[in-house]
Parts: sequence; structure tokens; C-alpha cells
Amino acid sequence: MRRFAALYAQLDRTASTVAKREAIAAYLHDAPPADAAWAVYVLGGGKLRRLATATELRTAAQAATGYAEWLIDASYQHVGDLAEAIALLLPPGDGALADTPLQVWMEDWLPALGKLDPPARQLQLQAWWRALAPQQVFLLNKLLTGALRVGVSQRLVVQALALWSQLPTDLIAHRLSGDWQPHAAALSALAEPDSGEEHLTDRPYPFFLASPLEQNVEALGDRNDWLAEWKWDGIRAQLMRRSGEARLWSRGEERLDGRFPELETAAAALPFDGVLDGEILAWNAAGHLPRAFTALQKRIGKLKPGAKLLADTPVRFMAYDLLEHDGEDLRQQPLRARRERLATLLQDVSPALMLSPALPATDWPALALEREQSRARQTEGLMLKRLDSPYRVGRKRGDWWKWKVEPYTLDAVLIYAQLGHGRRAGLYTDYTFGVWDRSHLVPVAKAYSGLDDAEIATLDQWIRSHTLERFGPVRSVEQVHVFELAYEAIQRSSRHKSGVAVRFPRILRWRTDLAIRDADKLDDLRRLAMD
Amino acid sequence: MRDDLLQPRSQGLYCPAGDFFIDPRWPVERAVVTHAHGDHARIGNAGYHVAAAGSALMRERLGEEAVIETHEYGEAFTLGDVRVSMHPSGHMLGAAQIRMEHGGRVVVVSGDYKREADPTCAPFETVPCDVFVTESTFGWPVYRWPPIDAVIADLLSWWDDCARRGVPALLFCYALGKAQRLLAELALRCDRVAHVHGALLQPVQHYRDAGIALLPTVPLAENARGTAMAGELIMAPPSAANTPWMRRFANASTAFASGWMQVRGNRRRRGFDRGFVVSDHADWPGLLRSVADSGASRIYVTHGDGDVLTRHLRELGHDALALEALGES
Repeated sequence: MRRFAALYAQLDRTASTVAKREAIAAYLHDAPPADAAWAVYVLGGGKLRRLATATELRTAAQAATGYAEWLIDASYQHVGDLAEAIALLLPPGDGALADTPLQVWMEDWLPALGKLDPPARQLQLQAWWRALAPQQVFLLNKLLTGALRVGVSQRLVVQALALWSQLPTDLIAHRLSGDWQPHAAALSALAEPDSGEEHLTDRPYPFFLASPLEQNVEALGDRNDWLAEWKWDGIRAQLMRRSGEARLWSRGEERLDGRFPELETAAAALPFDGVLDGEILAWNAAGHLPRAFTALQKRIGKLKPGAKLLADTPVRFMAYDLLEHDGEDLRQQPLRARRERLATLLQDVSPALMLSPALPATDWPALALEREQSRARQTEGLMLKRLDSPYRVGRKRGDWWKWKVEPYTLDAVLIYAQLGHGRRAGLYTDYTFGVWDRSHLVPVAKAYSGLDDAEIATLDQWIRSHTLERFGPVRSVEQVHVFELAYEAIQRSSRHKSGVAVRFPRILRWRTDLAIRDADKLDDLRRLAMD
Repeated sequence: MRDDLLQPRSQGLYCPAGDFFIDPRWPVERAVVTHAHGDHARIGNAGYHVAAAGSALMRERLGEEAVIETHEYGEAFTLGDVRVSMHPSGHMLGAAQIRMEHGGRVVVVSGDYKREADPTCAPFETVPCDVFVTESTFGWPVYRWPPIDAVIADLLSWWDDCARRGVPALLFCYALGKAQRLLAELALRCDRVAHVHGALLQPVQHYRDAGIALLPTVPLAENARGTAMAGELIMAPPSAANTPWMRRFANASTAFASGWMQVRGNRRRRGFDRGFVVSDHADWPGLLRSVADSGASRIYVTHGDGDVLTRHLRELGHDALALEALGES
């Protein structure tokens, strides 16, 4: 792990993407291919099945340091990262295992840890910690508990692989898509010349992602150059049919096979082979509408849904693009041509496969009016796609825009604060907000994002000097500050004390102009949740 | 806390029997000041008692008009009914612990201190006492300072790396104390030159005047730009980070020398490429060791979030209290 730890240190020591790309490419040149394959996998966000829980790590750390449980926890709260806190707490190891290759850790040792019974696992962890330098302890703990997160995106890994292999990034992105397995052979396959046939392998195409529309819509030019559709609020997916066999890939490039049998059946029954890009939606057939995302969540978790669930919560595939037809990669054709072919192909197929309709409004003002209907149509707003555009790879600005509806907002009072994690470690950045239930404030939302660094620093100082009570890492604070929160939806909830659940709350602005009596009332939120 | 030697008051720690304050926050008649940092040495007090080793720095901080009485380390003097003496705390040039003796009892206020050797100041002295008031700036067990040799070696290899890449090495550090310690440690290991920001000039001169060997320094030229400074070490106070001043060195590799750099999130949040863990405060083992060495039967913990250290000391069997909890504010 020594070489990988050195790479990690290099990546951690620069904010420059160029420097990171070069560091990864240099590592790929030097490292044994089996190790390099694993490095590509974990840097790209891949992880092993969870092999030890955070509680197990804390318990082992207690045993290894002799510190009380509260002291381990206080250190974790202060550092904001358990893997790092433990690495800093342990006595330095002797480095005896520093040269064990990454591949051995990932393929043999770590999986074996998962098979031990809990007491043996505790001892094994401590034995490893005693044999590694602090930075490697940190990496080991990260690998055990989840993703690495070192400011390296999947895209950066793709760019580094392209630099290393001297191949185009789009080809690398496609070869990495699907469930790429980290083996030496798979790594060398990434660098092989393009055969021209490889789009037919069992992999999804890299998804083309839209950017949020920030400019005035009129700036997009002629309305007739653009396709406008609803922005569906479901699961983005590619539905493939090759040689009669159906496959479903999520945007996270995970196989969804088995979860949505009605879609696979419908795809298998198609009279052609192809790859459709679209959205999986829980469907309200009577209303000709999608159902709320919460309905779809019931299906996501079920690997083999039963008859009752299938009947109660049917799903549909709302297709909006055709990437491949009878073995031909269509991605370089203009959207206009792909859509035309898609519309023709989807005539007279199973109702489970629908064509995302093009919105007819003929000019931008009319389209803006249509967008006002988004919530009533159970959508998040509009998608605008340039009719001349190819199907690109990743998030490239310019051809695909998402024009979401304005979020709902509410004014709420800061009532609790908790220390943040990662980059915000040591600062009070996790806030709980309350609204009025008659004479007192009840918590309705937690939010972590939306303030700038200066506001965070100011609020952190204020929280420290205006704490009422401490409950472990949480402080209740004087009820003074009002914030405007944005959110996407509000629903009734029996799991929340307030009786409502607010979806995706974030801070819009600090309302220094408002007093706490101006904050919203719970009764009003409840009414909204009923509509 | 009912004690004729020490009471926490809103202005700071007060010694009733001697009628003086230690590092008062607001102007008082008589101030005993531990060291020359701005949050300890404040202007406006009628009279000051300071350690002789730091007198030039104090004069600079407090102004020509200030009435300052200096005392050699270990030399006792009397304030009211109290026998007072100042002892090196190892924090920076002239930094002192305050020993107070009255009616057979001894109280020691540590001020800021560290246990590691520092070529710019006298080393921490263990002063036996009945009551020990300790700082706890780094009062979590995650803070254990790496050996300074390793840190300076790391810093030098970063500097070399910047030279190879043709970019300036921009090192942020506190202008008084930390900067001089780094320059002194560097002087022991290399014979290069450091460029220093204007805020560092006077403190550097004071240290040189006190006879401390520092790396040669040149004032950073007004018109110095990134390209001309390729491979050069530039030292600047952290307050210069993220200001327009920085634009001149847009391509620089940036680093911060501070104990807080032990935690990765602190470094990432502040956007530094590198963090060098160098602190002039006691780390966790240093705090525990100093408490034990003092032999005190009662410990007061001051500064920062003292809760963690206080609770740990109590579990170790010490009679420890957080001073904050006693109504310090």
C-alpha cells in the first residue's frame, strides 16, 4: 500500500486538476497493473462491501488506545472523520505491513476480515493498525468503511487513464462504464486500440448529463432549435435490448435487473434491438401522471418485487433518447434524427414503454407558462435539448439544459447546531431549524449547505458564545436567527415530531431583516403537506 | 472559585492578594503579562510586569508611553502580599509562566506553553505548585506533534519541489514567534534566503537583536511577481491569504505552518496545498505531562474548549475544573 499511499498524499496536496491527473497517470505507469486496477476502482468512487462498522472501528480504537469511549467520540467530533481521528489517536505503527500490495489488501485481506466473527475482527484490525504508518491506517480505515473521497472525480480518473493510454476520454469512459471489475487484464483492456465493435459489449453508454439553466431562456436563441420536455422525477436509466435480452442500467451504472420485471418483459417483447435512455417512473395510469418519488422508493429497494407491490406500484419507462438501434451506435447523429426514429419504433409497443412527449409551446414565453404547470404534472420542470446535438459523454454544457421550477421556501429559526464533517470539521455547520407550533419552535428541517464561508465563520462564532445547552456534539442555541430555506416537497410524516417531512432543504439566505416572530407556522406547513 | 491568589473576573485572571491581573482583556491598574502576542499583551493598562527576555517585543506592542517593569526569569518580586516570579514557558521569546506565592500556597499560571525545544527561546521550566492553571488550545488527544526535524525536512523538500516546478513556495505562519522559530530551525539546516512579508520585518529584527540566529531574510519586493519568485520561499502572515496580495503569486504552492494542520479538514477548508504541523502550544501528551510534573493538587483548565482535557484529567484522578465554567465571561 506504500505506493498507493504516496499517490494519495500527492492528490491530497494539490487543488490543481492538472497536477492530480498527471500524478494518477504517473502512478498507472509505475504501479503493478493489479494494484493500479484497484487504484482506478477506488479513486473512481468504487468501494468494497462494508467490512466493518463505524462502531466496530470505535471499539477497536478504544482497545488499542486505552481511551474512554467518550474521548474517542469527542476526538471524532473534533476531527470530523472517523478514519482520520483513529489514525491520529493510535500510537504510530511499525510499518511492517507497509509494502503489502494494494491488490492483496483488496482481494484477500479485507474480504477475509468480513468473514471473521466480531471479536476476531477487532483483534485483526488492531494488529493491522500496529503494523501501518498513520497515513496508511487512515487509508485502511477509509477502505473499510466506504469511499475514499480525495477530491478526485470519476471524470478525473477517466482523464488520467486517457493520458496514460493515449486514447480519447469518451472511449475510456465507455469502457469503464457498467460494473467494471478491477483486475490487471481489465486495466490493460482499457488501453487497447478501438475495435469499432465494442459498443456492443454488455455495458451502458456513458450518460449525457444536463446542466442547470442559469441564463435567461431567451438567450438560447430560436425556440425551434430546441426540444422541450418535462423533467421527470424518477430514476435515470438505460434500457437495453440485445439479441432479445433485456438489461437495465441506472445512471450510477448499476444493474437494475430483476427490480423492474415489467420493463424487462416489455423490452424483451420489442421487435428490435436497441438502447433507450429514459426515466423509470412510478405511474398513476388513471391520472396519466407519474406518482411522487416516494412511491418509486418502494420499488427501488426491492430486488424481487412481489405480485402485490407490482400491482400497487407499477412503473413505466419514459424514453427520451435512442442511443443504439439494431447494433448501430447512433450517438453522433443529431437528436432530431434519434428522436424521430425513437418515436417510430415506440408505436404499438407495450404501454410500459412510453415516449417522453415534446412540449408544443411555440415560443419561449408560452413555454415558460407551460413550466408553471410542472408541479401539477408531478415533474421537476423542463428539459431543453438542442435538436442538432449529438449524445455527449458526461456533463458538457451547452446542448442539454434543465430548467427546474423555483423551489418552495420557508422561513425558520436556527435552534440546534452540530459540528460538521470533512472540510467543515471543527465548525458548527449542521443546523436544525424550527417553525412555530403555537408558542414554541419545533424542528422541521436540517440543512448543511447554502451559506458562504464568511457567513459560516460568523455563525460558528455566534453559536459558540450563545449556546444554551449541550447534548454531546449538539448545542441548542438562543433563538435569534431566521433563515430562508428552499425545499422541493413537503409531505405528511409520522416519523417526524412535527408531522411533516421536508424534502431536500437547503439554506437560501440568512434573513437578518426578520425577527423570530416572522418565522413560518407549523399549521401552514401541515396544510401545504395535505395538498 | 474563592481564592485570595486567583479569581476569574471578566477582565481576566485576578490576584486579590497582589491586586493585579494576568493578561487582562480590558485596562486595569496593574497587569502581569505572559507574552507579547496581541491577545495577551494589550495596551491601556496603567502598569506592566513582563519577563526581561521579551521586553523589546513588549515595548513594540505596548508603545513608548507604557510603564513597563521587567524581571529576569526566576527572580522574585513582590506585588501586594504576593511573591511573584516569572519562568520560561517555551512558547516564544520572553514568554513566561507566572508563579504566585502567598501564605504558603503556590499558584502557577502557565500562559501559553510548549514542551518541545525551540532555538528562539528558553525551554519550559517545570515549576512545582499547589494550583496549576494550564492552557488547552490543543486539548484533544489527536494532537501529538511530530518531531520538528521531520517537519523541517518535509518543508525543505516541499521548497525543493517548488523550485523544480518553477513556482514560489508561499508559507503562511504567524508573524511573531512561529515565523522566527521556522527561520531559526531552517538556519540550522540550510543557507538559503527567505523573502518575508512586511508584517514579519520588525519581529524578525527584534529576534536578531536578541542574538538569535535566523535564516537570512530579504523584504519581499513591492513589485515581486510569481514568475520572478519561482523556487523562492516567501513567508507571510495568514491574514494575507485570500487577499488581493495573493494574486501576485497565483501559481504559488501554498502552505500553512500551524498545529491545526494536524487535521486534514482544517487544511482543506482553508485551501492550502500543504500543512506543516508546527505549534508553539503544548500537544496532548505535553499538557498531561505538564499537569503531572507540576505536582499540583488542583488544576484549572483555560483556553478554548477545555471540557475534553478537564474531563480526562478528572478521570485520571486530578481535581480539575474548566475555568470557563466558573463564570470567566
